[in-house]
Amino acid sequence: MAERTPWSLTGALRGMFAKKTIDAETWEDLEDALIKADFGSDVTDAVVSELRAKVARYNTTDPADLQRMLREGIEERLARLDPTLRLSERPAIVLVVGVNGVGKTTTIGKFAKFLRTYNRSVLIGAADTFRAAAVEQLATWAERAGAEIVRPQIEGQDPASVAFQTVERAKATGAEIVIIDTAGRLQTKGGLMDELTKIRRVLEKQGPIAEVLLVLDATTGQNGLAQAEAFIEHAGVTGLVLTKLDGSAKGGFVLAVQEKTGIPIKLVGQGEGINDLTGFTPHVFAQKLVG
Amino acid sequence: MATFGTLSDRLAETFKNLRTKGKLSAADVDGTVREIRRALLDADVALEVVKDFTGKVRERALGDEVSKALNPAQQVVQIVNEELVEILGGQQRRLEFAKRPPTVIMLAGLQGAGKTTLAGKLAKWLAKDGHTPILVAADLQRPNAVTQLQVVGAQAGVPVFAPEPGNGVGNPVKVARDAVKFAEQKLHDIVIVDTAGRLGVDAQLMKQAADIRKAINPDEVLFVIDAMIGQDAVATAKAFQEGVDFTGVVLSKLDGDARGGAALSVASITGRPIMFASTGESLDEFEPFHPDRMASRILDLGDILTLIEQAQSAFDEDEARKVAEKFATDTFTLDDFLGQMQQLRNMGSIKKMMSMLPGAGAMKQQLDNFDEHEIVRTEAIIQSMTKQERVQPKILNGSRRLRIARGSGSTVTEVNQLVARFEQAAKMMKTVAKGGVPNIPGMAPMPGAGFTGGRGKQQPKKKGSKSGNPAKRAAENAALASGAKPGGGSGGGSGFGLAGGAQRSGAPTEEELAALQRMLGH
Repeated sequence: MAERTPWSLTGALRGMFAKKTIDAETWEDLEDALIKADFGSDVTDAVVSELRAKVARYNTTDPADLQRMLREGIEERLARLDPTLRLSERPAIVLVVGVNGVGKTTTIGKFAKFLRTYNRSVLIGAADTFRAAAVEQLATWAERAGAEIVRPQIEGQDPASVAFQTVERAKATGAEIVIIDTAGRLQTKGGLMDELTKIRRVLEKQGPIAEVLLVLDATTGQNGLAQAEAFIEHAGVTGLVLTKLDGSAKGGFVLAVQEKTGIPIKLVGQGEGINDLTGFTPHVFAQKLVG
Repeated sequence: MATFGTLSDRLAETFKNLRTKGKLSAADVDGTVREIRRALLDADVALEVVKDFTGKVRERALGDEVSKALNPAQQVVQIVNEELVEILGGQQRRLEFAKRPPTVIMLAGLQGAGKTTLAGKLAKWLAKDGHTPILVAADLQRPNAVTQLQVVGAQAGVPVFAPEPGNGVGNPVKVARDAVKFAEQKLHDIVIVDTAGRLGVDAQLMKQAADIRKAINPDEVLFVIDAMIGQDAVATAKAFQEGVDFTGVVLSKLDGDARGGAALSVASITGRPIMFASTGESLDEFEPFHPDRMASRILDLGDILTLIEQAQSAFDEDEARKVAEKFATDTFTLDDFLGQMQQLRNMGSIKKMMSMLPGAGAMKQQLDNFDEHEIVRTEAIIQSMTKQERVQPKILNGSRRLRIARGSGSTVTEVNQLVARFEQAAKMMKTVAKGGVPNIPGMAPMPGAGFTGGRGKQQPKKKGSKSGNPAKRAAENAALASGAKPGGGSGGGSGFGLAGGAQRSGAPTEEELAALQRMLGH
């Protein structure tokens, strides 16, 4: 069974930081640890060479310094973009997109709960009319979160029309925040990606979209980049949500995603409970990751 | 996703540099190995697997077999291919059925790996083979997983055993045990148990899976893993191996652009074979996994064998033979043209088919631009013609063409193009059927793609037997080229307009694709 450590690189790095001096092995271990955390070869190379330069400049041989520099380096990279959610319009429309099985529906349930704790009224639109029983799954989450839900009127209804009706309802009832669920789709399916563009277009007729959140699964590897690129192109993503951080995966690829696309991480999901979704703070993230 | 090349693209690029060299120095090998390492890491192959793999390739590439080979670069490709196949598990393995039914199959995996959908696909696939499977809803954790399984079961036409409502209510171990008894009574010969998704680190849920396993003693435990998973594949696979000890692996979401990494890692780390691949959202998009073919796909050699099999199952053998005769005797009509086109559509998405061809990695962009609806439009035009017009396209005068254009919602120009294309195809195919060389620019002989028409080009000495059945000859060529037993693979072979055009573009270049698009309706 995988070790139930708090999600972090600590385990992988423990050996190297416990040593007395920085040597060739330290660098190799560091590189391996970063690659195993899915940072990808580009980011890993960049981080390692940056650290090498720093270590040379400050002329240190203490692994503790290296650890601190690594933490600061990662924090600095993560903090370049602003992770604040913008939900000032009324109703604030939030569109949630992503590939199959990353946890969109679950994230929406948690996000609704998150907003309810700040006493915002939330209306959820079940525009995933494709996957079997997706609407029921979302309805269960909505109930747990104490949010209203708009269901499709007929089976297999056009998702864009469900989204439209949801916003219409929100305007009528005065709900403050609208969250639209969409069906999972692989970024390679051109037709399905065009459908997202359509949902977006239809929603914009009702007013500006506050946030388009792309949900990424922490277990995803370098394909996360391809996913982000495609979804940015078709859905105009404004923020990333990283889910399943409670497993053994580190989700290092988000750093590459954030750097290559300029889209900030805004939320992180760290468990199966309804309260396990939090805002993203670079400092805490880097602290947890590096230890 | 051109910016982030896939594993095939990356490796293809590496090998292109090698191919131009007559001799390999140690530095060449090191450079290539470094590229392979990077390509594999970018494709999410686990680090330890990459290290092991590159070590082996390097050792063999510097050894005697390469320096003595005629073309060292090709030899390196061969080595990489062999090593990939070796890691992917050598030969494929089939499901093992119990001596005394019911055969119990249990599914396990992370959340969102695609277990429930896979359960439906597996059930449908088995039902098609004459089995009487039953689906068991033992995922009582995720909200409405039970409902989802019921919907999937209905789509697959397979009964679902779901005594508990789910959403946290009920005991999955008991459900699984009852299901096996139920199957014995009702004479279902296969039981497919869908379990809750769990993280590798969740000890409690992992124990539940182990308990289910103990209770029903399954003949197969299939571990479903997302093809997009990253380095965590190792930790996850190990956790599941220790927790429930699976007997086989199913790779899901292989229709995305992340292909290979996880498959390599899991097969290599656990030593369990990958048995199935799930390649789309519809319940039919599911196929047994072929390690050798996957390796070829990674190396961008194209998935010729899969393509041939699909062609064989989709094309009606008699139909193909009839058409080939018609070509030879010059009685090919627009009706036949239409029939061929419809058969081609049965074969599945043309795009998907073309992407299996060798060299297709380089033309993904063009594939994306290719519009399948052209076929539908062409169909509409032909269906707007009268019976007589279809048999004798010669009678199509201006006013008839205008009527057809109106009837099919197209323009006269489009009708003209179609007729011209048909005549061209008929003429070309007639030449082929008679054993001649069709005049297609830039066509390269491609072993394995020979199942299309009679490949007179490759078989000059067989020209004497051109009075024989052209379809049969084509089939034999295909069998020869694909290494199958003679006579075993007939049926796929037929020479005709559309499919001939599509498959003929063995290693499609830009011109060929343009020619193909012309034939299909541009």
